[in-house]
Amino acid sequence: MHYLDANASEPLRPEAKAAMAAAFEITGNPSSVHAAGRAARRVLEDAREKIAACFGARDQDVVFTSGGTEADALAVHALGAARRVTIGATEHDAIRAAAPSAAILPVDRQGVADLDALRSWLSAGPPALVCLMLANNETGTIQPIGEAAALCRAHGALLHVDAVQAAGRFPVSLAALGCHAIALSAHKLGGPKGVGALLLTPELTGIAPLIAGGGQERGRRGGTPALAAIAGFAAVTGLSAAQSRLAALRDRVEAAAVQHGAIVCGGQAPRLANTTALALPGVRADAQVIGMDLEGVAVSAGAACSSGKVQTSHVLTAMGLGSLAGQAIRVSLPWNVTEDAIDAFEAAYARMAARLRPALVPADA
Amino acid sequence: MTDSPPRPNRPVYLDNQATTRCDPRVVAVMLPWFTEQYGNPHSVEHVMGRTAEAAVETARGHVAALLGADPREIVFTSGATESNNIAIKGAARFAAKYGDNERRRIVTVATEHKCVLESVADLKDEGFEPVFLPVGADGLLDLDVLRDALTVPTLLVSVMAVNNEIGVIQDIPGLAAIAKEAGTLFHTDIAQAVGKIPVDLTGWRVDLASVSGHKIYGPKGVGALFVRRRPRARVLPLFSGGGQERGLRSGTLPAPLIVGLGEACRLAGEDMADDTARIAGLRDGLLERLLGLIPGIAVNGSVAHRIAGNLNVTFPESSALEMLERMPDLCVSTGSACSSAEVEPSYVLRALGLSDAAAGRTLRIGIGRFTSPADIDYAASALAAAHSGHHAAPLPEA
Repeated sequence: MHYLDANASEPLRPEAKAAMAAAFEITGNPSSVHAAGRAARRVLEDAREKIAACFGARDQDVVFTSGGTEADALAVHALGAARRVTIGATEHDAIRAAAPSAAILPVDRQGVADLDALRSWLSAGPPALVCLMLANNETGTIQPIGEAAALCRAHGALLHVDAVQAAGRFPVSLAALGCHAIALSAHKLGGPKGVGALLLTPELTGIAPLIAGGGQERGRRGGTPALAAIAGFAAVTGLSAAQSRLAALRDRVEAAAVQHGAIVCGGQAPRLANTTALALPGVRADAQVIGMDLEGVAVSAGAACSSGKVQTSHVLTAMGLGSLAGQAIRVSLPWNVTEDAIDAFEAAYARMAARLRPALVPADA
Repeated sequence: MTDSPPRPNRPVYLDNQATTRCDPRVVAVMLPWFTEQYGNPHSVEHVMGRTAEAAVETARGHVAALLGADPREIVFTSGATESNNIAIKGAARFAAKYGDNERRRIVTVATEHKCVLESVADLKDEGFEPVFLPVGADGLLDLDVLRDALTVPTLLVSVMAVNNEIGVIQDIPGLAAIAKEAGTLFHTDIAQAVGKIPVDLTGWRVDLASVSGHKIYGPKGVGALFVRRRPRARVLPLFSGGGQERGLRSGTLPAPLIVGLGEACRLAGEDMADDTARIAGLRDGLLERLLGLIPGIAVNGSVAHRIAGNLNVTFPESSALEMLERMPDLCVSTGSACSSAEVEPSYVLRALGLSDAAAGRTLRIGIGRFTSPADIDYAASALAAAHSGHHAAPLPEA
């Protein structure tokens, strides 16, 4: 099986495995004051320091969570209280569900947020929370967060950025972006599932927890921290694959697919090097994914979250792609992708497309 | 992993209610799921996702089997704190949103874990009436005290099965029956009970129950919430997103941690009888030694209704914090781990009627699966030395 579904989950990096195996040897609870507890606390705080330094935050402003979804939910819960909320049209379901009645900020055909619309929305009312993702999980489109942050700050608004897909793919810094919070997920960096973080700017104090009790994480997130998973998270922080190599392989994927009738969605915008959304007109996305699976290549139809249900992508719909939104697969290259996998993709895609594409009647028939 | 020699228990770890060592057998089963099997269990469109999904479902079966539940009643979470938050806030918010507006009372007990107390207290802002019932000097909730509280229409009762500081076992079947009679939902935090006493959630007739991985020799960062199916207990999620776990708990499932929780539950089922007998022997031996060495020590909470691995002891003279300083090679605690850095006396001990002074001379000693007779010997002499104002001898070389 060739795994080309990195945006669902990156393969675990060996550094994470080693760090976790060591952490499982530590018995203590990081909240305990005795020697075993202090040993656990050291692992926790070393991890916090490394993650804070890498992503441009202070140690004390890192809140460990169970993952990206909880980090996004905590951000909206804590920062959105008593504020108007707007979210980008292509946000992850974690944000969409956390702010179900939010105003939707439109995107253009490449998936880039409309900052003029944001400016007029910000001018039109009381203090707001804006949620914009750094890189989209389905298309890889990178949003102009720096500009959005400047706009938000000029209007007294808070900006939360879901950086789950961007982190580990290119340098991400809370301080440099100028936003107020970023959400991270370890397993999208090649770390373990079950841990993530919300990083906050120093100005944000008095964060109301979503999960109460115990006083951990400075009262912002109750529960014994997932120590080994956090150690794994820290171990992969700062690592990244050679983006130029990924981009070259991604270009091969796109060239092969286009040759067999595919259309690249959002290919003109700044985007992640490892991600492409490929629409094959007239062929349902789930049929393409199953066809590729039978050929031994793992890809996905949009996000992996929807409990196995293949739905029309809200991301591609928001980009104005109409019926193509239900006819696109996502190919996302993992950090350890091989040339062989790309060869396999090319062959598999050719066979899949030949089998599933609506028969074209030759012009001279 | 399984070939490596057993790791010496250094320092001597007797704080097994704070957390437990992740069993090497659990680590061995879990680690391959971190590396060779990295599919997202929700990516059921491809084979790697389906493999991860199958492992998650096997683990769900192990958890359900240990608890006397149906696998479909098990929702995976990040731990018991999150489970408690979902159960309490989720049940209240469901009722507030969809119906029962007459029942505004939420009843819990003064000795619950902080996350239960805070979740119940937080609901006051949402229009509910939090009620915190007292316990007797033995730490147990009297059935009549609950019955009286439920004369006011009540939405939810939350009582922990085993207390994390004093180890006492509440009569959950009896309490749940009273709640049922009153038409009230019943939640129980069983984080400290799982693997220590037989748990039968179906037979106990509870509606919601919270489980932790790291209290049962599994990994930190994973737990479960039991949600009864027949009749169905209804709760709203704490947060949403991908709609995983039937919409009750969104977020990518950490398949390896869940595999670890499942294996920890499977082992608990296999080992419980043997572990309990051995641990009870060690605990009783330690208590006997301490009673001989330190006249005047007292055990807090019911001795008869208590898990095998817990001792909570008030010493006649020395302060607990000073004793801890004199025994750097022995890990015991002054209270729950969450609050162990606080100087406040334990609210659990206060609820039993202990004075602040007595609470300040109290230590929790938690014996577990990896405790050896030599550990008990060391603990007895270290505690005796520390109590008489001397530094405990360093741990002898293994």
